[in-house]
Amino acid sequence: MESLEQIKNRAELAARGAKIDIVVNPGPAQQSSLLIDNEHAAAVAQFLRNHPALTFDYCSNATGVDWLDRVIKKTTKVKTVVDGVEKEVDQTIEEKIPGYLEAVYHLYSMKHKHGPLIIRMRTANRTDGARLPSLTPIWRSAELQEREIFDLYGIHFEGHPDLRRILMWDEFVDHPMRKDYREPDDYEWEPTPHDDVLEKAKQHYTPRPQLDGAENVTAQPQ
Amino acid sequence: MSEGQIDEALRSELQRQGVWVTSMQELYNWGRKNSIWPLQFGLACCAIEMIATAASRYDIARFGGEIFRPSPRQADLMIVAGTVTKKMAPQIVRLYNQMPDPKYVISMGACAISGGPFKQGYNVLKGIDRYIPVDVYIPGCPPRPEALLHAFMELQRKIDSQKLTGAGKAEHLDAKQPSEFPVPAFGEHDLQPPANPDVYHPPVLERQS
Repeated sequence: MESLEQIKNRAELAARGAKIDIVVNPGPAQQSSLLIDNEHAAAVAQFLRNHPALTFDYCSNATGVDWLDRVIKKTTKVKTVVDGVEKEVDQTIEEKIPGYLEAVYHLYSMKHKHGPLIIRMRTANRTDGARLPSLTPIWRSAELQEREIFDLYGIHFEGHPDLRRILMWDEFVDHPMRKDYREPDDYEWEPTPHDDVLEKAKQHYTPRPQLDGAENVTAQPQ
Repeated sequence: MSEGQIDEALRSELQRQGVWVTSMQELYNWGRKNSIWPLQFGLACCAIEMIATAASRYDIARFGGEIFRPSPRQADLMIVAGTVTKKMAPQIVRLYNQMPDPKYVISMGACAISGGPFKQGYNVLKGIDRYIPVDVYIPGCPPRPEALLHAFMELQRKIDSQKLTGAGKAEHLDAKQPSEFPVPAFGEHDLQPPANPDVYHPPVLERQS
């Protein structure tokens, strides 16, 4: 398989105006991916499937990712003059990245036996702009998986032939795989609650002010 | 010795003479308990154990329960074998409602009892006893076929002890006892209602202060 840079350059030439970024994965898997702009996604996908040297004819997996609003702190050393002396001072810049939803596709080529090529698309935001072009017209196998992403993450796939909920019932309004989803509180007595379950359980306990919080008190050395 | 009952010593003496004495209740319950037809459906991996129980090695036919019926109209016993998702729960209640009285429920495995390993999930019902009455619970994940056979024998014991008349008679003979239960509706966030308070009585734990 060609390198991601080669594929990116070829795709940008083939689909005019397409803007493709390489999302580097610094983890041990090293599986970097291509971030495709939504406007030209169909053209780029068509190219990836039809180009004779690539022929990504099989979309094995499509899934969603929820990215909440993030703040990234960057610390840089800046030279400033303090009391007439030049000093190096750490300066912290906070960068706010608004949240978005992402659809990730894993592509393989049955013909050339290569892959996976991972492509991503990002929505404008997590609310009214959660829209992406559907890639089902190009890879039929994405149909049910895009429905699953629609169901669990709430991404509307434009051009999908049958966009309905697939796992949850039609009357359901939430998107359970979003990170800010809160499940309904159908509490039942727990014998050994811990962590999140303990916090949930405590809301149903009658308060014991003289005892609750005792686990946080550490024994003082005599 | 209450009215209508026969002295055990006299009965065994008569049996030795070749005379069998029984009561209507005993005869009726003996017939019922040795011919329990389960409803043929499975929900998850517990169903595999249920299939093994019905197959030759464990052979639930020894207890008269081998006739798995594909229709709730002909079934006496519902074995809830596996994870009950919230999407599936209304169908389970509907199947239960369609079964003729007398009917019994075995809640098989951790999931059917409480949600099991999926208890904290958004999609799993935390126990089928939230909507329908359960006669026998089998813990395990999944329970072995022996455990299902044990539950089956426990159910036979229960059927055997049910009274046909008088106070404390069997529920299916009491016209005041419900035999159908409301089917939960699909709500916007959860099933509506999340549990049937007539059926579901969770343990109330008094915290020691």
